[in-house]
Amino acid sequence: MSTAISARGLVKRYGAVTALDGLDLDVPEGTVLGLLGPNGAGKTTAVRIFATLLTADAGEVRVADIDVRREPNKVRRVIGLTGQYAGVDENLTGRENLEMVGGLYHLERQWVRHRASELLERFALVEAANRPLKTYSGGMRRRLDLAASLVAKPAILFLDEPTTGLDPRSRLDLWAVIEDLVAEGTTVLLTTQYLDEADRLADDIVVIDQGRAIAQGSSDELKDRVGGDRVEVVARSMDQLADIEKALASIARGSAVIDPDQRTVVVPVTGGTGTLLEALRVLDSAGLHLDDIALRRPTLDDVFLSLTGHAAQASQEGS
Amino acid sequence: MTSPSVSAEPTRARRPLWGWAFHDGWIVALRDLRKLPRVPEIWFFALIQPVIFVLLFAFVFGGAIPVEGGSYREFLMAGIFAQTIGFNSANTTVGLADDLTKGILDRFRSLPMSSSAVVLGRTTSDIVRGLITLIVLIFTGLAVGWRIHNGLPKAVLAVALLLFFGFALSWIAAWIGLYMPNTEVANTAGLIWLFPLTFLSNSFVPLDTYPAWLQTIAEWNPLSSVVLAMRQLFGNPVGPPVGGFPQTQPFAYSLLACVVILLVFVPLAVRKYRRSSAR
Repeated sequence: MSTAISARGLVKRYGAVTALDGLDLDVPEGTVLGLLGPNGAGKTTAVRIFATLLTADAGEVRVADIDVRREPNKVRRVIGLTGQYAGVDENLTGRENLEMVGGLYHLERQWVRHRASELLERFALVEAANRPLKTYSGGMRRRLDLAASLVAKPAILFLDEPTTGLDPRSRLDLWAVIEDLVAEGTTVLLTTQYLDEADRLADDIVVIDQGRAIAQGSSDELKDRVGGDRVEVVARSMDQLADIEKALASIARGSAVIDPDQRTVVVPVTGGTGTLLEALRVLDSAGLHLDDIALRRPTLDDVFLSLTGHAAQASQEGS
Repeated sequence: MTSPSVSAEPTRARRPLWGWAFHDGWIVALRDLRKLPRVPEIWFFALIQPVIFVLLFAFVFGGAIPVEGGSYREFLMAGIFAQTIGFNSANTTVGLADDLTKGILDRFRSLPMSSSAVVLGRTTSDIVRGLITLIVLIFTGLAVGWRIHNGLPKAVLAVALLLFFGFALSWIAAWIGLYMPNTEVANTAGLIWLFPLTFLSNSFVPLDTYPAWLQTIAEWNPLSSVVLAMRQLFGNPVGPPVGGFPQTQPFAYSLLACVVILLVFVPLAVRKYRRSSAR
């Protein structure tokens, strides 16, 4: 299996801000790589460099084995990009947008017309095809945006936070579409702030923080590294937080996180729902009163906390 | 189901490199032109302002400004045409500034298209807009008493010269637009240079009414020679003759000015576009 996207020692600075600080990554052909990180981690900067919109200050990038810096136009023929901001024209209809993009890919008009119909059908936009985009909902617009990046049947697709700002239903729809594309053999690099999105779509996840890859692996591997699931307890009163932490120490697989404002204690655990019963048992026998208790999957915050020691807050805007 | 005539794999059309620049430019221009019938407000304001200008100048100043060899209204119209086409180029400034703040530019920059096409498309759609506005103005002019005296072919030549001048100005406007941080600034900056350009000229008053130093500036203002060339082609009064090459050879000087503007600002604008990145 050959490498569709590879980056070595990627550096990009904006004045005093270092957006990328020696990023390395490889995406094998036909796989999905999830680039996971908080706002300002450098995800968008990386995608913009891969998609020829920005040039790196240092490092080497190859897309489809073409040097991005040397032959950007050759790269543009084989990639599709869906950015965070809709790359479509508000005043054109859905069909016009797709045909415009096809024309700018220098594809034959007849072929483009046909391809546009195919995509409109696939993305359930046939009825809206001849309406200006102004009348589209957010989800429809995202779907059209994705369709626009697929006009030339690109072998490599970049999706920059494809579902940010979408309602849950549209999000699920878009996931299904991306899964179809992957099944057809498209290589996808997607950035996301959501672990569940990376979990569902990506074969491999690179966690990125302050412009550097801090962890890489499948979602299971990453979750194991952050210590599996979490038991989250909401105490009835503030003064029991420490006691709760002490009681849960017997089942915890790592250090607890206490949030006095929310009156919560969160501990990493392994072993599924059985652990929840165990937790209830130890808390009950210690005579502690709870408002709520839950077992949940690790979130991006948990991953960050355990990998970096700091929370996944937006470090620096402007990636 | 795919029809048998269309292959599953993308088929690429072939043409020479410069051919793609025009092909891509036209696609981008169509994008802008398609918007026009869908946003009728654009037309309302694009047309109402020049028409108001015609009426104001014709009736307010019409009696106050004497022009040798004809009426002020006949003198005025070529000036109003030129002013309108000048201000029309501000569309390019605002349009490009607007694109810069949107994701569509990322889309364009990720496509294997000609890098001059986004700017070329804007300046091209500007000419089309300009032509439509001009047609409305011509009828307004005819209604207030302006006439074409030298026949239709020369009048068409006058309009063609003005549109070519407008195209050249649009490249200056494009270059300005690519430096704009947002559309609010573009709305002001896009217009500001057009006031001296259009008013410091023979558009509304004959050149001999200016003080000497200002007269030299107005005389060498290429817009003055475009206006004079048009007046001559329409057979309208031109005011008392003044000075040097721009006013004795207005047609040649106008063409020269357009070519120089294009030679300077096409490369500047294209280079700036290549370097600008939406975010």
